[in-house]
Amino acid sequence: MKSAVLFFLTAIACILPFLLPGNFYLGIATQILVYGLFAVSVNILAGYGGMVSLGHAGFLGVAAYTYAVTSGTYGFSPWTAVGAALVIGTATAAVFGLIALRTSGLSFLMITLALGQIVWGVAFRYTDLTNGDNGISLGRGTVISSDPLTLYYVCLAVLACVMILLAAFIRSPLGAAVKGVRDQPRRMSTLGYNTWTIRYIAYIVSGFVATVSGILYVQIFQFISPHALSLTVSSEAVLMVIAGGIGTLFGPLFGAGVVVLLKNVASAYTDRWPTLLGCIFLFIIIAMPEGLLPGTRRILAGLASALRKGAPRTASLQQNPRAR
Amino acid sequence: MSALELHNLSKSFGGLHVISDVSFKVMEGERRLILGPNGAGKTTLFNLIAGDLAPSRGTISLAGEDVSELPTSRRAARGIGRTFQILTLFGGETVLRNVVLASLGRTSKRWRPLGSLDADQEFRASAMEILRTVMLDHIAEKCVSETSYGERRRLEIAMALAQQPRLLLLDEPLAGLSKEERKGVEGLLNGLPRSLTIIMIEHDMDVALAFADRIALLQNGKLLVDGSRDDVIADPRTKEAYLAE
Repeated sequence: MKSAVLFFLTAIACILPFLLPGNFYLGIATQILVYGLFAVSVNILAGYGGMVSLGHAGFLGVAAYTYAVTSGTYGFSPWTAVGAALVIGTATAAVFGLIALRTSGLSFLMITLALGQIVWGVAFRYTDLTNGDNGISLGRGTVISSDPLTLYYVCLAVLACVMILLAAFIRSPLGAAVKGVRDQPRRMSTLGYNTWTIRYIAYIVSGFVATVSGILYVQIFQFISPHALSLTVSSEAVLMVIAGGIGTLFGPLFGAGVVVLLKNVASAYTDRWPTLLGCIFLFIIIAMPEGLLPGTRRILAGLASALRKGAPRTASLQQNPRAR
Repeated sequence: MSALELHNLSKSFGGLHVISDVSFKVMEGERRLILGPNGAGKTTLFNLIAGDLAPSRGTISLAGEDVSELPTSRRAARGIGRTFQILTLFGGETVLRNVVLASLGRTSKRWRPLGSLDADQEFRASAMEILRTVMLDHIAEKCVSETSYGERRRLEIAMALAQQPRLLLLDEPLAGLSKEERKGVEGLLNGLPRSLTIIMIEHDMDVALAFADRIALLQNGKLLVDGSRDDVIADPRTKEAYLAE
């Protein structure tokens, strides 16, 4: 059943560009894939590692800026820029992890927020390199492709690869250890696991995925400004994860879908779309506190169970009307 | 040869001296009981030995090696296994997977980022063997959150055994169990190999005294009496400090 649903959704994702009315909606679909990947990176840390970060947009921004500067400012080829962005983005995660993992809980949240704000500050003030608030625009030839259809499939392919690898990681011994450290850190230490190293690995993996999403971000927008690194973007990613289903593989993608659709489609009809977004989050938290994906699964399972219980009773009533 | 040696071990939290100059040896294969009234520092002593707390002063030697500065995980790798007074299990996982995770901790396979843990037949087989020892093999695939308290107590012991420890620290393994469940755990403890060194904190005196070779009695963080079971029971200080309670 699970495989069938997955196959169906993958098939829909593959033919989606041909079902959409124009490039505007194709662009939104591509944004969902990129923000979905970014939300997945936050989920690795928050959902599987139990560490909520408010500075993850920093990794997305570092990767996007590295790409933009390498390719746009210095004229290196797009693939060289991709390599540079991957290395510098992941290295940033490795350094930030050393600082952030000295703490846990609320202190971890605050330190990641501070680290994210430092990156934002550098992007905003180091105008010689980043062009400050005006950001950096990329022209033709500086990105892998300008064709919306190609970009959609590139993003889909990257997301699919990350999801396959993440699914394998979660099932692996190291993935089990990451979840174990989230649930019972003291027990895990007693069992011989180095909990700090396991958390650090989760932090770097998460930072790497955020870096990949940053590279895709700059491909689809062909522009990067400090806004992409802001606290709002980090917070939205956490909301995507919570709304979709924290600690689930595909939940963050659904959360990203809801947020991106609301931002792009609802904002065309009303300026008060953030209020609408807030109301939808309230509804999700009240009706499905575990998130959209597990919540929908629970409701469907409940309905199926009710139908199974109801079917024999209806049958027996039809056979014996006096039973009423 | 001593399996564990504590030398002038002390632990203070600010001005509060929880453990003061405790020294004793536990020989290989010995069953050592730690007795003491509530607040005597028994669990703190376990936390110091396991590495959850760093000593303020003194040393801890495991089979002749000073492990005082080592973190918990490295002490576990050197053979210290423990159970907790308050259950610390993975409630959302199956009984089998809890033991598999415990077994995995002692191998380098724990760092593998790919390959399914559930498909590893070697770990499953060794975990099932341990579950048979603690008589939980019939609920191996049951989620821990659906098991009884007595079963969870036995699972705590199973996880510690899965580490293949040289020194096993049992922190009140009978706490909260019914009479029938106590009998089951008592049988399980008596069935453990004599080569395994065990230090136990337990308030059920019938079980604890029958189990122990030697006893260390703590009071207010200090070692009051240390000796063979009969000597400690006969000591008037034991009666005054603990058995009279």
